[in-house]
Amino acid sequence: MKLRGVAEGVTVLIAGVVAFPLYWMFLTALKPESEVISAEPRPWTLAPTFDSFVRALTVQSFGRYLVNSLVVAIAVVLLSLLISFLAATALTRFRFRSRTTLLVMLLVVQMVPVEALTIPLFFMMKSVREVAPVFGLNHLGSLVLVHLAFSLPFAIWMLRGFVAAVPVELEEAATLDGASRFRFLWQVLFPLVAPGLVATSVLSFIHAWNDFLFAKTFIISAAENQTLPLALQVFVKPDQNDWGAIMAGSTLMTIPVLIFFILVQRRLVAGLAGAVKS
Amino acid sequence: MMRAHKGDGRIAFAYLTPALLVLVGLMGYPIYQLVLISLFDYGQEQVSGGAPLTFLGLENYATLFSDTKFWSVLGQTVGFAAVCVLGTLVVGAALAVLATRVRTWARTVLFLAALGAWATPTVAGSTIWLFLFDANFGFVNELLGTTGFSWTYDRWVAFGLVAAQVIWCSFPFVMVTLYAGIKAIPGEVLEAAALDGASALRTARSVMLPLLRPLLIVVTIQSIIWDFKVFTQIYIMTNGGGIAGRNLVLNVYAYQQAFAASEYGLGAAIGVVMTLLLLLVTLGYLRALRKSGEAL
Repeated sequence: MKLRGVAEGVTVLIAGVVAFPLYWMFLTALKPESEVISAEPRPWTLAPTFDSFVRALTVQSFGRYLVNSLVVAIAVVLLSLLISFLAATALTRFRFRSRTTLLVMLLVVQMVPVEALTIPLFFMMKSVREVAPVFGLNHLGSLVLVHLAFSLPFAIWMLRGFVAAVPVELEEAATLDGASRFRFLWQVLFPLVAPGLVATSVLSFIHAWNDFLFAKTFIISAAENQTLPLALQVFVKPDQNDWGAIMAGSTLMTIPVLIFFILVQRRLVAGLAGAVKS
Repeated sequence: MMRAHKGDGRIAFAYLTPALLVLVGLMGYPIYQLVLISLFDYGQEQVSGGAPLTFLGLENYATLFSDTKFWSVLGQTVGFAAVCVLGTLVVGAALAVLATRVRTWARTVLFLAALGAWATPTVAGSTIWLFLFDANFGFVNELLGTTGFSWTYDRWVAFGLVAAQVIWCSFPFVMVTLYAGIKAIPGEVLEAAALDGASALRTARSVMLPLLRPLLIVVTIQSIIWDFKVFTQIYIMTNGGGIAGRNLVLNVYAYQQAFAASEYGLGAAIGVVMTLLLLLVTLGYLRALRKSGEAL
């Protein structure tokens, strides 16, 4: 019993250390400026204020970048949901010759260091701009396209398990009841794999939301189309960092993901465990 | 469980078409292009059309392999990834075991904290850590009484700081996965071991470890793949690769060669080398999966 008490004390201590950077972010965002750039930072504040948030949102028009990030992430989620659901269904419900090859390809493609693809994708987006400007360099469409591609392999891989878990008898019953393939797909199967769709959506969202490299590479001369991770870097200036606004910006960027994570943690863990196992 | 029907192939193909279009267009084709660019002298003049493209064959690779800078960056990348992987696994596994030894409330507190670290966007996480370790206003220097000490100046101190940040945001995945794995071991197995008089250490080594092996392989290889391609943390925390590029890793090096020095051909060659190295790891991954008896 005593041993367990010690173990629990250690656990809480470690949890405190792990959570401390996040606590420090919230705290700094709420501190008045004089306390932020104090030579003796205190782990509390007696005069919390929203000044830093106001500065982030007005001076640096963080709100605009927040909207940009949301647009990209939501577009990626919706498209990847549709496309990966169809693909996962094809890969689990049908037997065809190249099925195994495709599955292995899916696994291999997840290992490709997408960062290495910045160079060819940069030139591709440059050419795309000539034909369809919204999907080319300096536009949010280019980010949607690449993040859709990068999140698909894992989304399909993960959804596969969820689709496979729906009994085939259900499809046979639906067919006997006269439901068309199309109706079965959208009115029976789609709702049934909803937990899997939620988990994959969250991952696709986070993937797009967190991206720094591609936003930096593609959005080169259109400040109005920047996304949050890039905008945050704008605050960071040598020797005169506005740390209060930086931490307020970080907070705004972290909160949506944090909420998502807490909402779906169980499904996420189950989904990840499933994806890892298979 | 699967039935074969006439026309199945056609419908399956129709369902797969959107995914295939996206993946071929935005992954397959760029990979081909990456290899192609790495075979050319591709600089600023070629991009702007001021000079014709010259095919170099493997010359970019020759340049790369005879450059001591490349080898030192490669060494740094491997060393940095090794430290991150090891740290992540040790912390993750230790906390997973700890989590099985405490009551639910303490476990929930730990998991919530880990969830927070996991969920924090990389850019935000890197920036927070930079501020915590800031020379003048950072809390860590205040705590240690070392105000004014720069954590990003010395090469190895800077690498250590970035590695700590990487471990902070990647250990939760390992912890949660291994915790689930330990929980999945049937109680009877452990009871049988205890009845046979096995010590806790013996049980851990001879019963739990073999059962957890497949899971351990998966998280190890997954971590290798992630930590080998760290970009954002290095870029942000060492301001683009450190003073005179002494904190570069391959990913950042490729980016700098291409987009800062306009040596796109050379940058692409580094990208190809990186892809090949990761492909080797992936092959090991597939073999390990097959060995552990998982079917596709």
